[in-house]
Amino acid sequence: MNRDNDKGKVLINRSLIVGLGKLFLLLVIIARLYYLQVYQADRYKTLADENRISTRLLVPPRGLIYDRNGQLIATNRQNFQALIVAEQTTNLQETLDAFKKIMPLSEAEEQRIKKDLKSNRSFVPIKIKDNLSWEDVSKIQLNAPDLPGIFIDEGLTRYYPYGEKMAHILGYVSSVSEKDVKDDPLLEVPGFKIGKSGIEKFYEKRLRGKGGNLKSEVNAYGRVMKEIEKKEGIPGDRIDLTIDARLQEKAYDLFMEQEQSGAAILLDVHSGEILAFVSAPSFDPNVFAQGISNEQWSALLKNEKKPLSNKAISGQYSPGSTFKIITALAALEAGTVTPETRFFCSAKMTLGTHAFHCWKRTGHGHLNVVEAIKHSCDIYFYETALRLGIEKIADMARRFGLGSKINIGLENEKAGLIPDKAWKLKRFGEPWQQGESLISGIGQGYILTTPLQLATMVARVVNGGYEVTPTFNKLSDYDKTHLPKININHGNLELVKEGMFEVVNIPGATAFGSRFDYHGIKMGGKTGSTQVRRITMKERQTRILKQHELPWHLRDHGLFVGYAPADNPKYAVAVLVEHGGGGSTAAAPIASKILLEAVKLDSGLKKFYTAPKKEPADVTAVPANME
Amino acid sequence: MYKFYETSFKNQTLSLTEKFFNLSFAYILFIVMLAATGVVMLYSAANGSWSPWALNHLVRFAVGFALMLVLAMTDIRLFMRYAYVFYFGTLFLLILVEVGGHIGMGAQRWINLGFIKIQPSELMKIALVLALARYFHTSSLQTIESVRGIIPPALMTLFPAFLVVIQPDLGTALMLMFTAGMMFFVVGVQLWKFAVVIVGGIISLPIAWHFLHEYQQNRVLTFLDPERDPLGAGYHIIQSKIALGSGGVFGKGFLKGTQSHLNFLPEKHTDFIYTMLSEEFGMVGAVFVVLVNLLIIAYTYSFAMKSNSYFGKLVAIGLACNYFLYIFINIAMVLGLLPVVGIPLPLISYGGTVMLSVMASFGIILSVYINRNINIGKD
Repeated sequence: MNRDNDKGKVLINRSLIVGLGKLFLLLVIIARLYYLQVYQADRYKTLADENRISTRLLVPPRGLIYDRNGQLIATNRQNFQALIVAEQTTNLQETLDAFKKIMPLSEAEEQRIKKDLKSNRSFVPIKIKDNLSWEDVSKIQLNAPDLPGIFIDEGLTRYYPYGEKMAHILGYVSSVSEKDVKDDPLLEVPGFKIGKSGIEKFYEKRLRGKGGNLKSEVNAYGRVMKEIEKKEGIPGDRIDLTIDARLQEKAYDLFMEQEQSGAAILLDVHSGEILAFVSAPSFDPNVFAQGISNEQWSALLKNEKKPLSNKAISGQYSPGSTFKIITALAALEAGTVTPETRFFCSAKMTLGTHAFHCWKRTGHGHLNVVEAIKHSCDIYFYETALRLGIEKIADMARRFGLGSKINIGLENEKAGLIPDKAWKLKRFGEPWQQGESLISGIGQGYILTTPLQLATMVARVVNGGYEVTPTFNKLSDYDKTHLPKININHGNLELVKEGMFEVVNIPGATAFGSRFDYHGIKMGGKTGSTQVRRITMKERQTRILKQHELPWHLRDHGLFVGYAPADNPKYAVAVLVEHGGGGSTAAAPIASKILLEAVKLDSGLKKFYTAPKKEPADVTAVPANME
Repeated sequence: MYKFYETSFKNQTLSLTEKFFNLSFAYILFIVMLAATGVVMLYSAANGSWSPWALNHLVRFAVGFALMLVLAMTDIRLFMRYAYVFYFGTLFLLILVEVGGHIGMGAQRWINLGFIKIQPSELMKIALVLALARYFHTSSLQTIESVRGIIPPALMTLFPAFLVVIQPDLGTALMLMFTAGMMFFVVGVQLWKFAVVIVGGIISLPIAWHFLHEYQQNRVLTFLDPERDPLGAGYHIIQSKIALGSGGVFGKGFLKGTQSHLNFLPEKHTDFIYTMLSEEFGMVGAVFVVLVNLLIIAYTYSFAMKSNSYFGKLVAIGLACNYFLYIFINIAMVLGLLPVVGIPLPLISYGGTVMLSVMASFGIILSVYINRNINIGKD
């Protein structure tokens, strides 16, 4: 029995130990509860809310863009897309096959759909196809019984009614890329598009608007249980441009009718407002907004006419004879020549060992400044430049907007180049040669200008010397009446204008074929062409090849700067036709038609020009050798 | 407190009425409180609905309550007498599900009797306690302290534990071994023997590791580092801690637990019901449940101390250990203190077998209390 007593004592002692152990463990649990529910409660409350609340950004509609007359030129179009919700369909593959019968899906598309379906919960809608036409939508809705789980959703995509005609102004929108600065949470929204070039990029912040918020409670699978809070976003700003869609369309079509490559700019000479801004050929920005295919992209890159390049501001060309306007003004201002000064053109002059030729092989005889402009005589301007020197020419060129960026807000704008002695020494380490002044005098040599700069130059010449700056923004009346003035003799400007009037309106002058007379409204201008190849001595001795005999990429660039109405200028135009073969044949007819269209559409002008004297003259091309 | 039946305590048999009035009503009240908590939480788990769990739970508790009363009224000597019969019967059922499981498709843990599914591993928890209590009751301290003397009870423990492990149900197997281990300890098995077993166990751990199923290995690994699989198994522990912690001191309110109701919390009606309770009723509710369970265990200990028979003492302590293991493993698991082993919280978690086995345990414990003055011989 003693042992039995011991057995009982052992049991009681050890039970107490076990019991105390249990008590200890339960106290550990209470301590742990304290740690989690009191000490770390705030942390876990935050985590629970992060679990529970899902914030979705609401994308605001992008701002609309209008032309100067209130015509919509960039808008948001309803975009229909077909979505599939996996959990609402009985057999996913069957449903997709049924869909394919209605609308074929490419191998890549199908793979993307399957990947998306796999990586998302079954209630998440997955995009099958977007940018559906009305016809597609009705086909899907008609076959709805065979397509369980498929439905149509509306979104907004950017749409440009004028397509490629305005692509180089408006630019395009596209998906956010790695490089873009993510300064706005909207950029993180899948499928969000931002302006990638043009006005769309320049005014990105204003056009984008502000995102709204939708806070909702979600369950563990991400399904929305209820809406907690909704804050609507603010739509993007409306942007009004100075572009006149009618003139823009007309100008672009003129290039495309002849399959020409080039640029045209039409300015209001009193404000600098850009009415038309063409770089041809172009691209369809709507394709970018919808997602461009590799084939389309490489086709754009391979095109020798470079549709992606904005030739109006990125293309730098020798201004050729259009630059004679600057040389003439510089010479008149400096007193190097007077209106009466005459030089003799014998088709050739020599300076040292070099011979300088006039474009007219028979020579022009004696010419004053107006006649020199009218006939675009090279010898007259060689003589002038020789006496004037490069510094004075360069100074005048800069005062009229050449050689520096205008900064109109589009990317890849180039500054062009106005050379002077300091520049050459720095660039080549060699002193300036007199011969270089000569060829600069006729716009050849180092000089480079963009078509936009040429338009600016003309506008400043014909508006009486006001320093207008091209812009896409409408100027206020105050700004229009407070433009800075270039310090230049008004009479000299009038002389140059007289020359430019004769270029177009006097028989035998370089652009006579492009003249018009619309209720008494006429135009003035100046042709120009620049060689893109070197004419060898041998060719000069035998026979210079005609432009149409050359391959496209070796033909001359044709240039024309002009204005209308001739007696009270309002519009200035600059036209460049790449490899067009010459200013008078390629560029002047286009410029003339653009100016005529501008004049015709301008109801304000009609008050001053009543009673048609005769029908506007037919614009016909002049012989190729006219310059 | 004066009880007018006190005189008849000297007798070795009690009338049914005497037995009824000797029930510990406080003890029963604690049980009812926990079961009611279970009903409330299951009502919430179904987003405020009696179906599918709360009403069923109530019905099962009622059945379990009846079973408890029947067992409480049973003479303790019957438990002693049929301890081995019950043990071997249960062992037979365990073998049957094992064989049936191999013949049938995949793992199977229960026998379907049509109206109820019996899980023999659950029965074994009680059967093992009764069988070991009888063995130690009849053995002398000398036998218990000898190596030869503990071989039979060790085998009695290891064989069913092995069968349960291969089911595979690691949690239940561990519970069987821990319960038996605690009984071995309280009856006086020397500490060095435990040391030998523990050291041996640690040495054989790498071998045992290979016998674990991959999902079991993952559970242990995930316990050691929940972040290693934040969307898989570790997700449970992380979300459980978020739910618990975000409940704070007073909780988010009945039916307002966001983690639970938005399904971030898995298994909220079974293994993780304590988390849900802690989310909705905060630390107040969580500590309340711990304290009621502490009272149940303390009462069971006092019943054991009051029992005249060694068998009765040991049965009560063994069953208390078993119950404690449920509570501790489940709560420690949802608190991230132990790996997720799939042990429910008795009386609160939804589940029929555990409800019945725990209520049966309480019945036997109450029987020990009612029959505290009965001496049982060594035969």
